[in-house]
Amino acid sequence: MNQEIYKKVRNNPKYIELVKKRSGFAWKLSFLVLLVYYMFIMVIAFSPSTLGQTIGNGVTTIGMPIGLMIIFLCFILTGIYTRRANNEFDKLTNEIKEDIRFET
Amino acid sequence: MNIPAISMFLVFVLATLGITYWAAKRTKTAKDFYTAGGGITGFQNGLAIAGDYMSAASFLGISGLVYLKGFDGLIYSIGFLVGWPIILFLIAEQLRNLGKYTFADVASYRLRQAPIRTLAAFGSIATVLLYLIAQMVGSGKLIQVLFGLPYEFAVVLVGVMIIVLVAFGGMLATTWVQIIKAILLLSGASFLAVMIMAKMGYSFETLFQSAVDIKTDVIMSPGRLVSDPISAISLGIALMFGTAGLPHILMRFFTVSNAKEARKSVFYATGFIGYFYILTFIIGFGAIVLVSQNPEYLDIAKGTLLGGNNMAAIHLSHAVGGNMFLGFISAVAFATILAVVSGLTLAGASAISHDLYANVYAKGKGNELTEMKVSKYSTIGLGILAILLGIAFENQNIAFMVGLAFAIAASANFPILFLSMYWKKLTTRGAVIGGTLGLSTAILLVILGPIVWGQIIHGDENAAIFPYKYPALFSVTIAFLGIWFFSITDKSDVAKKEIEAFEDQYVRSQTGIGAD
Repeated sequence: MNQEIYKKVRNNPKYIELVKKRSGFAWKLSFLVLLVYYMFIMVIAFSPSTLGQTIGNGVTTIGMPIGLMIIFLCFILTGIYTRRANNEFDKLTNEIKEDIRFET
Repeated sequence: MNIPAISMFLVFVLATLGITYWAAKRTKTAKDFYTAGGGITGFQNGLAIAGDYMSAASFLGISGLVYLKGFDGLIYSIGFLVGWPIILFLIAEQLRNLGKYTFADVASYRLRQAPIRTLAAFGSIATVLLYLIAQMVGSGKLIQVLFGLPYEFAVVLVGVMIIVLVAFGGMLATTWVQIIKAILLLSGASFLAVMIMAKMGYSFETLFQSAVDIKTDVIMSPGRLVSDPISAISLGIALMFGTAGLPHILMRFFTVSNAKEARKSVFYATGFIGYFYILTFIIGFGAIVLVSQNPEYLDIAKGTLLGGNNMAAIHLSHAVGGNMFLGFISAVAFATILAVVSGLTLAGASAISHDLYANVYAKGKGNELTEMKVSKYSTIGLGILAILLGIAFENQNIAFMVGLAFAIAASANFPILFLSMYWKKLTTRGAVIGGTLGLSTAILLVILGPIVWGQIIHGDENAAIFPYKYPALFSVTIAFLGIWFFSITDKSDVAKKEIEAFEDQYVRSQTGIGAD
């Protein structure tokens, strides 16, 4: 029985739309996190003094705000994904579920 | 004898027993035991995840690292955090949609149950035990310093409390202890940070300037902790993918009712954990300024803080809040240990009862009552093992153990879980051979590496056969390559069926249709 349902879902254009939108979004965001993080790691590995430059005449280095910004970025990106998934993607998912209910 | 510390400690112990009693009455079925009935909300689970993840090792360890090395501590904090967005984008909801109690449910969804579950259980138990040893030894030493109790007594106390908490209260008691601990830890650390900033006129520049005056400006930029590119990248991989392969963390996603709540859990958890790491950073710098110059807190002979440099946050709490606040932070540190160790024990017991017993040994045909019994006996067994290992490793160098736990999680658990969700052509043969290769490479390279082969066996880091402390770059690569190669060359009929089953699994992972 389940296989029948799964087959119907696969042919539902809304499912194709859901998978395309969600995967695209999820992979783009993941790529962004990986890029930012590994750039940070690469700078630490190959050119540590870059992050050691001080801001103005003080002792605070640019590494500090950059590190903080990566932490904020993680939080903000999870917020963006959760918001879109809990509204747009879940709405699509519910429509797909409705469709199968009518068809079976 | 610190009276406030002992009284708050006792209050926490009693509260934990109260929660266990309350939860035990509500824990009747296997679902209750493994997932707290599946009715935890996203916000509660976010706090519980934070409580599960922010171990005493990260509270005391990272603030101690910042105290010692400054900026380098931030590199670790960020590494521990960046796994979370990836878990949200690629793993959390799929895991919730496909699994029931353990991540092996997902990995073995369309593959052969026995071999995949055995490997996943082995990876889980290895991760759990290593992590457990690190936590037990840490807790014994901490309680010894804080409350003046003998080391063995402390380890036995923690072990017995865990057995009672997990065996009777299951996931429900574990969850609430983790939630309460997260709230206590976040409030305690916030108070510490605010007190530091108040003394610094709420200026980071003043804080950093005062710290630089004491330790010179090396603490303001990346130092020698991560010395070469290979180590830096390898550490990054271990922290990021290790987080996504920790069985006690993955298990938390089954306690919420659906994908929506699973997403919210990660969002809140990321916020709490990120905020917590910012606090540990301030606390570490605060300790440089307020603790490192005060002879009251120093062990002059050893040139460290009293009780070791990991005690930075503890001494700082005394420096800014006196005995009362020291007592509070000590009780929080104990709560932290208890919450993390109980999460670990529960994950280990579930791997034994749900994966090895119910699905491998009884082939899914055993009854639930027996499975529950097995899980309780496993909890008792793991608790006793944790006590024995905790005592055995008292004077050993255990610094490599959390790293090894992350390396195994990243090299065995994560690749199998991830590819089972996303790669159609994964077969049982590929997953078993590749996963085993990843697991054994990680263990082998740690043994041959600078800490075990070098420091522990030969007393010199340079004697190591494998020159890097973090094996993840190599072991994760080997795992993925192994899984890929032994999957695509698998032309058996079983493999064909496993590949065909991917499409249906994918529908379920994307929509939750068929999940309960």
